[in-house]
Amino acid sequence: MSYIRKPVARHPSLRANALGLTLRDYEGAMSTMCAGCGHDSITAAIVRAFHETDTPPYMVAKLSGIGCSSKTPTYFLSGAHGFNSAHGRMPAIATGAAAANRALTLIGVSGDGDSLSIGIGQMSHAIRRNVNMLYVLENNGVYGLTKGQFSASADPGSKSKRGEPNTQQSIDPVLLALSLGATFVARSFSGDKDQLVPILKAGLAHRGFALVDVVSPCVTFNDHDGSTKSYLYTREHQQAAIEMSFVPHREEIVAQYAPGTTREVAMHDGSLVRFSKVPDGYDPTDRRMVMDWLLEHQRSGAIPTGLLFLDPDANPEMHAASKTPEMPLTDMPYDKLCPGSAALDALQRGYR
Amino acid sequence: MHEGSLTGLPSGPYKEAPSGPNDFAIKLANVNGTGSASANALLMQAIFRMGIPVSGKNLFPSNIQGLPTWYEIRVNASGHTARTARYDLMVAMNAETYAADIAEVRWGGWVLYDSTGPLKKSLQRPDVTFLGVPYARLCLENFAGARERTLMKNIVYVGTLAALLDFDMSVLSGMLDEKFGKKPALRESNAKAIQIGYDWAKEHFQCPLPIRLERMNATADSILIDGNTATALGALYAGATVAAWYPITPSTSVLDAFKTFCERYRVDKATGEHRYCIVQAEDELAAIGMVIGATWAGARAFTATSGPGISLMGELVGLAYYAEIPAVIVDVQRVGPSTGMPTRTQQGDILLCAYASHGDTKHILLFPSNPGECFHFAVAAFDLAERFQTPVFMLSDLDIGMNDWVVPKLEWNDAYKPDRGRVLTRDEIAALPKFTRYSPEDKLAVAARTVPGVHEKGAFFTRGSGHNKLGGYTEIPEEYAEVMERLSRKHRAAAALVPPAVIEKRPGATFGVITIGGCDLAVREALEQLAARGVKADSMRIRAFPFGDDVEAFLASHDHFFVVEQNRDAQLRSLLVLETPVAKEKLRSVLAYGGFPLQARQVVEGILAQLPDIEDPDFADRRERPRRAS
Repeated sequence: MSYIRKPVARHPSLRANALGLTLRDYEGAMSTMCAGCGHDSITAAIVRAFHETDTPPYMVAKLSGIGCSSKTPTYFLSGAHGFNSAHGRMPAIATGAAAANRALTLIGVSGDGDSLSIGIGQMSHAIRRNVNMLYVLENNGVYGLTKGQFSASADPGSKSKRGEPNTQQSIDPVLLALSLGATFVARSFSGDKDQLVPILKAGLAHRGFALVDVVSPCVTFNDHDGSTKSYLYTREHQQAAIEMSFVPHREEIVAQYAPGTTREVAMHDGSLVRFSKVPDGYDPTDRRMVMDWLLEHQRSGAIPTGLLFLDPDANPEMHAASKTPEMPLTDMPYDKLCPGSAALDALQRGYR
Repeated sequence: MHEGSLTGLPSGPYKEAPSGPNDFAIKLANVNGTGSASANALLMQAIFRMGIPVSGKNLFPSNIQGLPTWYEIRVNASGHTARTARYDLMVAMNAETYAADIAEVRWGGWVLYDSTGPLKKSLQRPDVTFLGVPYARLCLENFAGARERTLMKNIVYVGTLAALLDFDMSVLSGMLDEKFGKKPALRESNAKAIQIGYDWAKEHFQCPLPIRLERMNATADSILIDGNTATALGALYAGATVAAWYPITPSTSVLDAFKTFCERYRVDKATGEHRYCIVQAEDELAAIGMVIGATWAGARAFTATSGPGISLMGELVGLAYYAEIPAVIVDVQRVGPSTGMPTRTQQGDILLCAYASHGDTKHILLFPSNPGECFHFAVAAFDLAERFQTPVFMLSDLDIGMNDWVVPKLEWNDAYKPDRGRVLTRDEIAALPKFTRYSPEDKLAVAARTVPGVHEKGAFFTRGSGHNKLGGYTEIPEEYAEVMERLSRKHRAAAALVPPAVIEKRPGATFGVITIGGCDLAVREALEQLAARGVKADSMRIRAFPFGDDVEAFLASHDHFFVVEQNRDAQLRSLLVLETPVAKEKLRSVLAYGGFPLQARQVVEGILAQLPDIEDPDFADRRERPRRAS
C-alpha cells in the first residue's frame, strides 16, 4: 500500500523522492529548542533520512518519552502519528505498537535521562526483545528541562555549568546495547550530518532494534569548559572511526566491492550497508571485538563514531520470535480470532 | 473469629441447619508440594459429576513446597456453596497442624488421620469421632519409592472418603480413565490406591457416614471452571491479539490460559503462524505501556495483574485516561497492602482502581462475582474500553480467579461483533476537511480517533501533556478544563452501558444489603438465613462503576443499608458515598478481610450485631409494616 501525495507548488531546488514528496513534506512544526541545540540538527537528519528512504509519512509512528529530546518528534513528519508518552516509558509503548501493527515504521526519540535513568529498564528490554524500531538517543549528559542536573551519561570528572565535577560513573548506551545483544549499534554526533544520515537510513532498513546514540550538545546547560559533552570537546575528541554508506535495495547492487570497501552487510529488506573505512582489524559484525575495541579506544577520552556494530542475523526480531504472520494483527479479521460457539461448546465438554 | 463483627458489639447467635446428606463441609489439611492438590480437585470434580452443587477452595501458602496447605469442599444441595468454616469432617494429613485442624471440627464431627503412629492424647476430643487409617504403612507396603508413596497417600485417602461419603465409584473410575488413559501404569497404581483406602474404610468403619453424597441432577448444564481461565476465554473470544503481562500471583494463570487457548485456536495449521502476540514484560509499568501502545495502534490488547501491579501501572493508566486510549486491565485481587498475603483473597483495590493515577482520573470498573461473569465481563471490558476510549478494569479476586467454581455453561452468541468504538476508516478520514482528535463529541462525549498507518490526514500527536479539544498542546486554563469536563461527562455516560446491578427485592424488607463481586454467594445464603428468622432485606450486587440510575434508586429505597465487602476500609461504601447522593449515615459496613473467602455466618453476625443500632422506635415500627413504596 502506498500513498502518493498530490504534487504541490514547490521551490525548484526541492528534489522530490520516489513518492513525489520533498523534504518539506517530512518536516514538522517549528522547533522550540534553544538556538543552536544539537537536537535540531538531529531532527534535520531524521527528516532527510525519511525523505531519502521514500518512507510514506503516514506509515510512520514516532514515539518519545519526556524531556527536551522527546519534544522533537513534533518537529518532523507532521504526516505521521506521534506519541509523546511518559518519562522513560516510550520503549514499552513502541513495543506494543510494533506488536499490533508490524507494517508501521517506528522511530523512537529519547534522551539520556529518559533512556539511561528512568527508562533504562524499558530500553534494555526493548533491545533484548529486538523490537523493530529505530531508536535515537539524543545524548547531552544533562537534564535540560529541569535546568542542568547531571544525567547518567555524564562522564566522571565532567563539570556542571556551576563548576561542580560529576563523581559517578557514566552509563555508555553503546556498550550497554552491545552487551544486551543489540543487532544494530551506532554512535554519531549531531554536528556530523554527513555521518548521521546514512546511519539513520540503515537503521530504518534494519529489521530489529537499531540504537543510534547521538552526542547532542546542550548549548544552555552543558556547552562550557570542563564538560565532555560540549561542541568543542566533542569536535576535538570525535573519531569517525567507521565510515559506511547505505545502498537501498532498489539500487543495482554490484557484485564487487566498491573501491575502498572493506565489507558489506546485507540487510533483510535487500539493502546493503557498505563499510568503506574501518580501523585495522576491525570487524563490525564481531560483537566481542567491537566491545573490546571500544573499551580500549574510549579509555583515552576519544569518542569513536559510526555504525559500530551490525549483525542483522544475530537475534530474531520480536515478530520472528513470536511467529506472527506478515499481516499486521490490526488487520486480522475477527473471524480469524474468535473460535465461535461450536468450539466453546466442544471445549466445555472438557470442563465437566 | 474476629472477621465477622468489627463493631465491638457482641455477635448475634448464629444458627445453622445440621449437616446431613448432600449438606456438609470437609477440610483437607495437607503439606504443599506433595501432590494433594490434584487429589483434592479429583474429589470435588467427582461430586460435581454426581450432579451435586459443590465448591472447592484452596487455602494455600505463598510457597513451593513444605508448608501447610488446606482445601475445603462444601457440598450443598440448595446451592449454598460459599465458604463455611463449620467443618463436619477434617482430613488431617499434616501432623504439623494437627492441633489447630482437630480443634476446628464441629461438635459431633469426624477426623480422618494417619494412624501409622499413635495420636497424642492431648489432641483427642471426646465430641468427635477419630477415624484412623495407617496411610504411611499402607503406602509403604503397597508402593515403591518415596515420591510415589507420598503421592499415593493422597489417592488412598480419596479411596477412604469414597467409602465414607458414598462416592459413585463409576464416576471416580471414569475420571481415572480420562486422566490416565494414555498411561496405563499410572492408572493402575491410582486405581489400586483408591481401592486400598476404600477397602480399609469398608472393613473398619461404618460406611457411609451420616454426611454422605446422594446423586442429584443439579449440575447437568454447568461446568467446572476457575475465573482466570474464564477471563482468558473472554479475551480470546473478544478478539484480543496483544497481551502483555508480568507474572504475579494470583493473576498469572490468566495469561497461562490465554496462551494455551491461543495455541489451540490461533495457530495457523498450514504455516504455524500465530494470530496473537503475547509479551512477558519486564515489569507492570512496561506491561501496561505495551497494552497502551498496541491499542493506540489499533489492536485489542489487555494485561492481567494484581494489586502491586496496579500500583505500578498507575502512571500510564493516567496517560491512557487523559490521552483517551483503550486498555483492558484485569486485576485479580489479593490481600494488600504492599506484598500483603499473595495467596489470600480480598477486595482491597476498589478505590485504587476507581481513581488510579495522579490528577483527576476516574475509570470504568467491572466486578464479576464468579467465573461465568469473568467470561462475559471480559468481553464487555473490551467493548467498553474501545467505545469509551479509556482504561477498563475488571476486578476479580483470588477466590474467583484460582478456585474451580460450578457455573452455568458459558454461552456464546455468534452474532457478536466487537464494538470498536469511533475509529475512523481511511475513507472517513479522507472525506474530512481536517481531523481533530478530541472534538466533535458524540452523545457519549466520545470523539473519533484514528490509528497510525491509515491516512496521513488522520495523523495527530498523542500526548499526556495538557491539550485542547483539537489535540494541540495547551496551557490555557479554559482549553484544558474543556477537555477535562468532557472526560467527566464521558465517564458518567458509561453508567448506562456497563452491566447493571443485580437487585433482588424481598416482600417485607426493612433494609437493604449491598455487596460486590465474590461476596455474592455468602450474602445470598445469609439473606436466606436472616429471612428465615424474620429479618428481611432487599439486596443489590453492584457489578460496575460508574454507578447507574438503578444503584441510586436502590439507595433511595430504604433508610438503612449494610454494605458487605472484603476490605478493612469499606471501599465500596466510600465509593457509593463519593459518587452517589446517598447520605453516608444510611450505609453501615459488614467487613471481612482476613484473606479467606467470605462466609454467610460473617454476614449474618455482622448484620445482627448492628441491627439494634438502627432499631430506633421508628425503624422497629416500620419493620412490622409492609415495605413502603419506593
